[in-house]
Amino acid sequence: MSEAPILRAAGLAKRFGARLALAEVSLELWEGEVLAVVGESGSGKSTLLACLAGRMAPDAGTVEFRTRHEGWRDVHAMSEAARRLLERTDWGFVHQRPEDGLRMTVSAGANIGERLMALGARRYGWIRAQAAHWLAQVEMDAARLDESPLAFSGGMRQRLQIARNLVTRPRLVFMDEPTSGLDVSVQARLVDLLRGLVRRLSLAAIVVTHDLGVARLLAHRMMVLKDGRVVETGLTDQVLDDPHHPYTQQLVASALAP
Amino acid sequence: MSARAALAAVRAAGERARYNFAYLDERTKRMIRRAILKAVAIPGYQVPFAAREMPLPWGWGTGGMQVTAAVIGPQDVLKVIDQGADDTVNAVNIRRFFERTAGIATTERTAHATVIQTRHRIPETPLAEGQIVVFQVPVPEPMQRLEPRESETRRMHALADYGLMHVKLYEDIARYGRIVTAYDYPVIVNGRYLMAPSPIPKFDNPKLHMSPALMLFGAGREKRIYAVPPYTRVESLGFEDHPFEVQRWQAACALCGSRESFLDEVVTDDRGGRLYVCSDTDWCAARRARADAR
Amino acid sequence: MYVAVKGGERAIENSLALLAERRRGDPAVPELSVAQVREQLRLAVDRVMAEGSLYDPDLAALALKQARGDTLEAIFLVRAFRTTLPRLGYSLPLETARMRLARRISAAFKDLPGGQLLGPTFDYSQRLLDFALEAPEAPPPAPEAPAVAEAAPSVLELLAAEGLVEAEAEPPGAGEPPDLTREPLLFPAPRAARLQNLARADEGFLLALGYSTQRGYAHTHPFAGELRYGTVDVELVPEELGFPVVVGEVELTECQMINQFAGSGTRPPQFTRGYGLAFGHGERKAMAMALVDRALRAPELGEPVSAPAQMEEFVLAHSDALEAAGFVQHLKLPHYVDFQAELDLVRRLRAQAGEPPA
Repeated sequence: MSEAPILRAAGLAKRFGARLALAEVSLELWEGEVLAVVGESGSGKSTLLACLAGRMAPDAGTVEFRTRHEGWRDVHAMSEAARRLLERTDWGFVHQRPEDGLRMTVSAGANIGERLMALGARRYGWIRAQAAHWLAQVEMDAARLDESPLAFSGGMRQRLQIARNLVTRPRLVFMDEPTSGLDVSVQARLVDLLRGLVRRLSLAAIVVTHDLGVARLLAHRMMVLKDGRVVETGLTDQVLDDPHHPYTQQLVASALAP
Repeated sequence: MSARAALAAVRAAGERARYNFAYLDERTKRMIRRAILKAVAIPGYQVPFAAREMPLPWGWGTGGMQVTAAVIGPQDVLKVIDQGADDTVNAVNIRRFFERTAGIATTERTAHATVIQTRHRIPETPLAEGQIVVFQVPVPEPMQRLEPRESETRRMHALADYGLMHVKLYEDIARYGRIVTAYDYPVIVNGRYLMAPSPIPKFDNPKLHMSPALMLFGAGREKRIYAVPPYTRVESLGFEDHPFEVQRWQAACALCGSRESFLDEVVTDDRGGRLYVCSDTDWCAARRARADAR
Repeated sequence: MYVAVKGGERAIENSLALLAERRRGDPAVPELSVAQVREQLRLAVDRVMAEGSLYDPDLAALALKQARGDTLEAIFLVRAFRTTLPRLGYSLPLETARMRLARRISAAFKDLPGGQLLGPTFDYSQRLLDFALEAPEAPPPAPEAPAVAEAAPSVLELLAAEGLVEAEAEPPGAGEPPDLTREPLLFPAPRAARLQNLARADEGFLLALGYSTQRGYAHTHPFAGELRYGTVDVELVPEELGFPVVVGEVELTECQMINQFAGSGTRPPQFTRGYGLAFGHGERKAMAMALVDRALRAPELGEPVSAPAQMEEFVLAHSDALEAAGFVQHLKLPHYVDFQAELDLVRRLRAQAGEPPA
């Protein structure tokens, strides 16, 4: 982890009609740091992720990202062109359903190569070599490069989605329940893979999950949301081993129950 | 005068009284000309326009006809081709339409024409300054088959976000070892906009680049007009290690012997016999006339 | 030497002559007059006016005669004529509440101000072929209905007054409605543009889409709140006068569907509306249009867009019968340059795969 934050949000609020989805959420994320956002469904964690990633405008508050060349930039004030550029260079977004983040009708190689081509790569051989490299990084057989994701299992599709995001070496990855659609044994291997990648590439990441086990394995810090508000935040082990807020205690207790 | 000819004369008089020069009313022509001017100002950009119902079915060249009607004047000489030929029913029909509604001169000679309306080809005879080529466009959006939502493709154009188009080419090479798009091969115009050149064979794509003629594209059903102004860069997509290539033939034209033109394959019998002839009938005829003269 | 088949002037002229002969049919049978078509095939005339977007029964009848009874071809002729007409002005919005009713039914209320009026309808005709029509017919005069003295306000306005149905208000920031015959359709389209598109849309397409909403593809829980058919005055404000004058009257069919709505974060539960309107007597069209209009309002009402009838681009881009018929049938035009290019490619790919050359 470096000394500098890479993402900061202040006073985020979002309302859907009468329902308050998010209120007074502030956070800072440091380079190379993994933050888990946990809470039950309806707690506002997906809304928070969408606001942080610039996909949904908050009613109040700001989100800023420290860009490589222009310093801090307000994610919601930048032009769509600038945000799209970020989305395909320095950011990644891993959807819960891999089908939402992949092009299901083109090969694995084309899926991984798309960002490179969007950025102007024009050597087929190089793009293909990069695709093969990143397929290996997510522990998939390079022989499957020309296969369609339709032929892949759920776990393999999720790996492919991750490779597609990492090909531009992003500095920040947003993950929305990246393991929750998978079988338990597949989940464990994927979490393992993610942990290795995050460390090796010193990625900063925000992982939304309802699974405290995933949070414990992946995250340095965690944030507990309830009814759109932050009820507890701290180092992952501290929060899980010594939860202060009754809601966190309840979450931890139910996760530990057989 | 036969009864039929008399009837035709009566009808023609009635039509002229009720229809404007080149069919469209002047206000509509102004609207189309404004769209054309905008298209010329932003090469390759698809300008929406309120395409009118034409007396030809949508998809049969209504866009090209509206563009032609908007740019043509009484002094112009019109050539109409379909598949390179002046004498296919569709080309004849459109040429007759303008003879009938505008009373203008028509020609089959590429060099004599001031306005050339075409479907699926660019003439082999090099074009000159001052000529206008009007293309009939069935599908103006080059990414439509990859992304059918127009709201999304418009955004992609606005942001010059064309990775998707290269994904298609990548996929071709991964699957077939080559780019398999053979016609309507996508181009980048003036280094900015991705454009569908209409279903011309990719053989014709190089003729778009730095052409001295003005190229206008009309899509009636989809209600779009776009343009390549004279002397504009037009680059066919490709990869450095799989560059854009045009078709080549082993054979020469069976009629004029040309080896540099686009050839149609003609099946001559039911035993596999076939021969190749120029798709551009004017080009072929002119070559034969020159050979006869010699 | 064999040269590619090319058409040419004479082929086209001969084709037109043949067409004229077929149109006339057996000369021993008396020729149909345009007035006969207008009076006796009125519902065909109405459909041509509706989808041709031109209210002119004589022209529609002429088009039907010229088109040998092919409805789409007749619509085509009318549209191609309409497009050459200058637009002289815009009428005031039609007051359908002041319609001189020939028929008016509500499936939501047993009785209502102005009453139910069955009018001329096939609905209860039992659909038995009437062989008496084989001979010339002179039907006995229909019983004269007493003039409707009572005003017949729209059922939906009665409910709207109580807040049970959404008010028929322009959405905020709607501005002037666009004119789709003068401006291109752009997405997302305002409701005014959608309704214009649906009003001239192919009846069969709307019918199938509307039907699909009843079979679970975007169910909207519809009630036929009101269906009315009759005559409405068309009013225009000439610039030099400054007040409205009646310039004519049109026959219209109007359908207002009432649909359930559970409410959202921003709106309380209340009934919502779908609207359908057609020139002449076109109940099937108006009802299907109202179903599709309501389905297309899904984003505005916070409903998920999952079924074809809710997808604005899908519906509006494919609704026009002439666009569809033209593009499907353009496949009749020569494509041999493109086919040649594909043929060449398939040969190369087969050669690459080790197949013997064809």
